[in-house]
Amino acid sequence: MAFIRHNLVRIVNAISLLNTNFWRWFHQLASPPHVFALAGRVCPWFAGLAIIFLVAGTYGGLVLAPADYLQGDGFRIIYVHVPSAYLGMLAYMVMASSAAIGFIWRMKMAHGLAVSAAPLGAWFTVLALVTGGIWGKPMWGTYWQWADARLMSELMLLFLFLGYMVLRASFDDRDKADRISAILAVVGVINIPIIHYSVEWWSTLHQGPTIAKLDEPSITMDMLMPLLIMIIGFTAFFGWLLCKRLQGEILKRERQTRWVDGLIKGRTA
Amino acid sequence: MMEFMLMGGYAGYVWSAYGITMLVLVANVWMAYRFHAKWLKRAQEEGMTKVSTRQPRVRRIS
Repeated sequence: MAFIRHNLVRIVNAISLLNTNFWRWFHQLASPPHVFALAGRVCPWFAGLAIIFLVAGTYGGLVLAPADYLQGDGFRIIYVHVPSAYLGMLAYMVMASSAAIGFIWRMKMAHGLAVSAAPLGAWFTVLALVTGGIWGKPMWGTYWQWADARLMSELMLLFLFLGYMVLRASFDDRDKADRISAILAVVGVINIPIIHYSVEWWSTLHQGPTIAKLDEPSITMDMLMPLLIMIIGFTAFFGWLLCKRLQGEILKRERQTRWVDGLIKGRTA
Repeated sequence: MMEFMLMGGYAGYVWSAYGITMLVLVANVWMAYRFHAKWLKRAQEEGMTKVSTRQPRVRRIS
């Protein structure tokens, strides 16, 4: 009995230690100087990773991957189209989840992260729509199809990003803008599964999923590898610019505080 | 090399897609760095005038 009790105490202690570490970490994430420093530290790593993977992925996609038996070399657009579409959705999830955290725990830094993700997500969604259109012209015979569910839900994603930014811009009070735009971001999450399943629910022009499905991906290894490398490269690229933008956003929000003043004096001195 | 440039007849589509992607990525890097620089500059300007002259707030009891 003593043995069991002793071990139970040890487990509970370990959990509570983990718990206090977690909450310390969580509170540090709410502290602007800490987040600013953290973003500054990880930024160059993301930048380096992004450049290496984007160059390698582009080379792999344009040169190493074999031509498709149906689409010939035209299929190579996949290496820029799929990563940008995926990144638009990732950016939306980052934006919505950090906006939700900011809303629930009143963390200003989480709202700052959401604000930083929005323009990046909007640009990648534009990129997905444009490269998709360019790919669609030779394969489907049209740049755009209003009746296609995937195309419409992707356009919806762009409008959600733009709506989030416009809604924020319409408030003078930043706290109010943070809270109200967070609601829009969270409600808009419903669009993410709609985008993903649109090609299955409404079988229209856009092709079905290639990688993100339960059975084996319907693409050969030498075509898949450059795509995965590009996806990592795009994700790192997003991380890089997200950190840079977050730092800018923190400076914007905290520019009249003592710690920013100290930071600038330390930097210029 | 010529064969590579022609992309099996899809040259216009493939190169424009890659070109636009490159353009958007570079533009995003530029915008993010400009945003960062803008607020760093503003923090430097405003920090000098506002923070240094601001008196510490003292709450008097009764």
